[in-house]
Amino acid sequence: MQLIFERSKKGRKLSLFPACDVPAFELDAPKRADAPKLPEISENELDRHYTELAKHAQGLNDGFYPLGSCTMKHNPKINEQAAALDGFTQVHPLQAEAEVQGSLEVIKRATDTLCEITGMDNMTLQPAAGAHGEFTGLLLIKAYHEARGDKKRTKIIVPDSAHGTNPASAAMAGYDVVSVESNEDGCVDLDKLRAVVGEDTAGLMLTNPNTVGIFDKNILEITNIIHEAGGLCYYDGANLNAVMGYVRPGDMGFDVIHLNLHKTFSTPHGGGGPGSGPCGCKEFLAPYLPGMTVVENNGVYSFTKAEHSIGDMKAFYGNFLVIVRALTYLLTVGKEGIPAASRNAVLNANYMKAKLEDIYPMAYDTTCMHEFVMSLEGMKHDIDVSALDVAKALLDRGIHPPTMYFPLIVHEALMVEPTETECKETLDHAIDAFRSTYEDAKANPERMHMMPMETPVKRLDEVRAARTPVVKFSFED
Amino acid sequence: MNFPAELKYSKSHEWIKDNGDGTFTIGISDFAQDALGDLVFANLPEEGDAVTVEEAFGDVESVKAVSDVLSPVTAEVVEINEELLDAPESINEDPYGAWFIKVANVTETEELLDAEAYEAFCATEA
Amino acid sequence: MGSYIPNTEAEQLQMLKEAGFESFEDMLSVIPAEVKLGRELNIPEGKSELEVSREMKKIAAKNKIYDTVFRGAGAYKHYVPAIVNTIANKEEFLTAYTPYQAEISQGILQSIFEYQTMICELTGMDVANASVYDGATAAAEACAMCQERKRHTVYVSETVNPYTLSVIKTYCFGSNVDVKVVPACKCCGRTNTEKLAEMLDSESACFVVQHPNYYGILEDIETIEKTVHEAGAKLVMSCNPVTLGTLKTPAEYGADVAVGDGQPFGLGLAFGGPYLGYMATTSKMMRKIPGRIVGETVDTQGERGFVLTLQAREQHIRREKASSNICSNQALCALTASVYLAAVGPDGLKEVADQCVAKAHYLASKLTEAGLSLKYDKPFFNEFVTECKCADAVIDACAKEGILAGLKLSDTEILWCATELNTACEIEKVAAIVKEVC
Repeated sequence: MQLIFERSKKGRKLSLFPACDVPAFELDAPKRADAPKLPEISENELDRHYTELAKHAQGLNDGFYPLGSCTMKHNPKINEQAAALDGFTQVHPLQAEAEVQGSLEVIKRATDTLCEITGMDNMTLQPAAGAHGEFTGLLLIKAYHEARGDKKRTKIIVPDSAHGTNPASAAMAGYDVVSVESNEDGCVDLDKLRAVVGEDTAGLMLTNPNTVGIFDKNILEITNIIHEAGGLCYYDGANLNAVMGYVRPGDMGFDVIHLNLHKTFSTPHGGGGPGSGPCGCKEFLAPYLPGMTVVENNGVYSFTKAEHSIGDMKAFYGNFLVIVRALTYLLTVGKEGIPAASRNAVLNANYMKAKLEDIYPMAYDTTCMHEFVMSLEGMKHDIDVSALDVAKALLDRGIHPPTMYFPLIVHEALMVEPTETECKETLDHAIDAFRSTYEDAKANPERMHMMPMETPVKRLDEVRAARTPVVKFSFED
Repeated sequence: MNFPAELKYSKSHEWIKDNGDGTFTIGISDFAQDALGDLVFANLPEEGDAVTVEEAFGDVESVKAVSDVLSPVTAEVVEINEELLDAPESINEDPYGAWFIKVANVTETEELLDAEAYEAFCATEA
Repeated sequence: MGSYIPNTEAEQLQMLKEAGFESFEDMLSVIPAEVKLGRELNIPEGKSELEVSREMKKIAAKNKIYDTVFRGAGAYKHYVPAIVNTIANKEEFLTAYTPYQAEISQGILQSIFEYQTMICELTGMDVANASVYDGATAAAEACAMCQERKRHTVYVSETVNPYTLSVIKTYCFGSNVDVKVVPACKCCGRTNTEKLAEMLDSESACFVVQHPNYYGILEDIETIEKTVHEAGAKLVMSCNPVTLGTLKTPAEYGADVAVGDGQPFGLGLAFGGPYLGYMATTSKMMRKIPGRIVGETVDTQGERGFVLTLQAREQHIRREKASSNICSNQALCALTASVYLAAVGPDGLKEVADQCVAKAHYLASKLTEAGLSLKYDKPFFNEFVTECKCADAVIDACAKEGILAGLKLSDTEILWCATELNTACEIEKVAAIVKEVC
């Protein structure tokens, strides 16, 4: 594929702007020496360029995306229609409140609905992504302890199965991270937890079901242990699709949570973003919430800022158009649709697991929730075929590979999350692909190292990319 | 696999060489570079930094992982190998030539293995 | 209710059996009874698509849309070429996951590589990341990049967008880093460079300046750069990227990190989000920049390809040792901005920048003729502050005529903005309204 700079030719352009209808103004300021080398291209060529790029991208519209921990569920098209309404897109964030009652209503209704689903009392929609929401929640914990004059709480406990953003967020919030080992069930080891908890515990970060897809039955005990030590409990909402409508983090002992609207609530991934990571909390943490929250009085909405707010996580009110999409989804599925989604997500995962466990060792031998983890450690040891090899072989079969090498506590892990929006035939087809890959691996392990073979590019030299980084186009040619 | 006789080794797979002038040179062993795979970057401390026995003084990066490099001694860094920053592949190609840091004023040493003992230790790890 | 679950109840039952369960209750018995909600959610029932469509339209209709906008302050109304949304709405870009599986994501990876290149061209820098959440968080992340063993304190000019300062303070609350605000010169509306020199010391990590600043004024970057580097600290420049079509670049000024918000590049006002944080830096600081970076390489057949690279900086590998926790970014917004930049090209971007300057200065002259006075006398780009007896009266009078006037900064001050969208006619009309009021 050509880079757009390689398609560029001097003098090509679109005719976008009329001549200036006011006098020109020569600005008294230092100018750049040369014009930026942006592409010079016709609209026709521009259209073809991005069409070609799109052909080398895989959207949800192209096929099954069983990525564990990503919840790649269908992105409803009505959400896109709502997010494109002029009333939402053409409004300046600094217009008077009376002029933006619609936007304030979106924020308030989304907040209230998400609070009910999660058992939280209040929420900020300002964080732009899950990790951003985690950082927010940890800052709430920090503000809370500091307000109590408790400066010795310097540690956040994180299970070794946690997503990398958890310890990274804790470090950004100025905390030391204490890792607690999971037991052979993949769940938190209560004794090990008790051993690391103390007066220096600011809190615990956890997700339930956990990152290996298992519901930790001891959750009330876990959150109790932390509370008794004076710490707070943070819920990573990435796995909410497994339990929403059946269980609420607020009822499991969690004080503060984040959600991923681009996972659980159907907003699109955009090739890496924009997402939205609302941070919810119980009443006692609400005084510290960042950004603006919306209150309603006699049908009139207005902004308010928490009295001891930690400030702002980003400018303005959050990724607003993403929130519009999420609200549209919430209105569509409603009170019956939320638990219907989670129970079918769990069903689809258990169905696939049941059809694969005779040949792919499951990391844990129990009913899974919305995702399950296979371990190819045995295959690696016996025939030198790794999780990576299997994942790449699936590419040739038109299936986006599952999540690889996560969580870290399972060796040669492949984590599968089908979500509730896939029909039985899609699951059966994927199961066949996994099974035939296994047969191929057994028959010809060597060939597996060359996978994928049908894709537009083959395995890429990542070592070279890291040793000699080339991170932009070189125009000197 | 290489285990030069004149060096001492830690159980965390670093080697240390007594330069005979009060300074010591530290790097990672052949076993370590083989286990880590293709290395793409090394993060080193600065001259004048203190290093502490059995604690990380830097790390090495492969494409998909980062591994701490631990110090076999408590000492002061007197020189870092800048060439390593430009050519991390040299750690894979020549682990005993691609040194990381030189230290002086050693105040504490962990229990180190000689080449023979280290080779035996590696055999159990494999 | 609206549902996206394709399997019928009969199919679900069959699948339950094949998975070894009697019923859903049976399957969900792994959840202990004491944590089960045990009741319906207290939210409305789901609705059909038509009902939802009507409801969302009803909500949207409660917002007032202005065709004529003279307000900026961090959110700018520019023309969005028609091709931009055609491409940004393609499902392959909209619904794709992060391109970790490089072999099937070359389109996405290449689009990011192209975006990185464009940001480097605009800022003059050597490396750009694939985006962060917005301009304010970009500035905060830049402050984290500039942290060194003995240099921690962050300095921010009083003349930055208030949100930028607020976000930097919040991030520094996390990292336990001090933030010091360098005051503005009251008369000229720019950073007080003498104060800056006094305040910087051997523990200063960086100074953040916005150029043009919140009041639209062009800062004395040459003096600032010398002062900051003499003190051994780093310079972070936050620039509206439209201005980089013509103005001297952060790299040419010797800045260490260039940040800002790419919202003007095709993203629309959108009530504040999603916007686009850009970050670019020198090759020296490449390994400190947070976020994803796409690099060029070859595959096993020697074909050019692109991959996410330098991942060992990021959270999924470094975990608590990562310099930032960022995972999801503003990828689709970066793609949108790239399409915009390709559509306008270097000449088009210069045209936009020149027209913004021209229209803003025409607006300023018409408003001063009409009775407002300019608060500051230093050169400005396309935003400026006026003084008058009653800001509210001006803004209200404009609103009645369907014009969104500048932002009220105080009872007597308004921050105006003009872009290539504002016509001479609109400008003359707003001046006429102001003349009536003042």
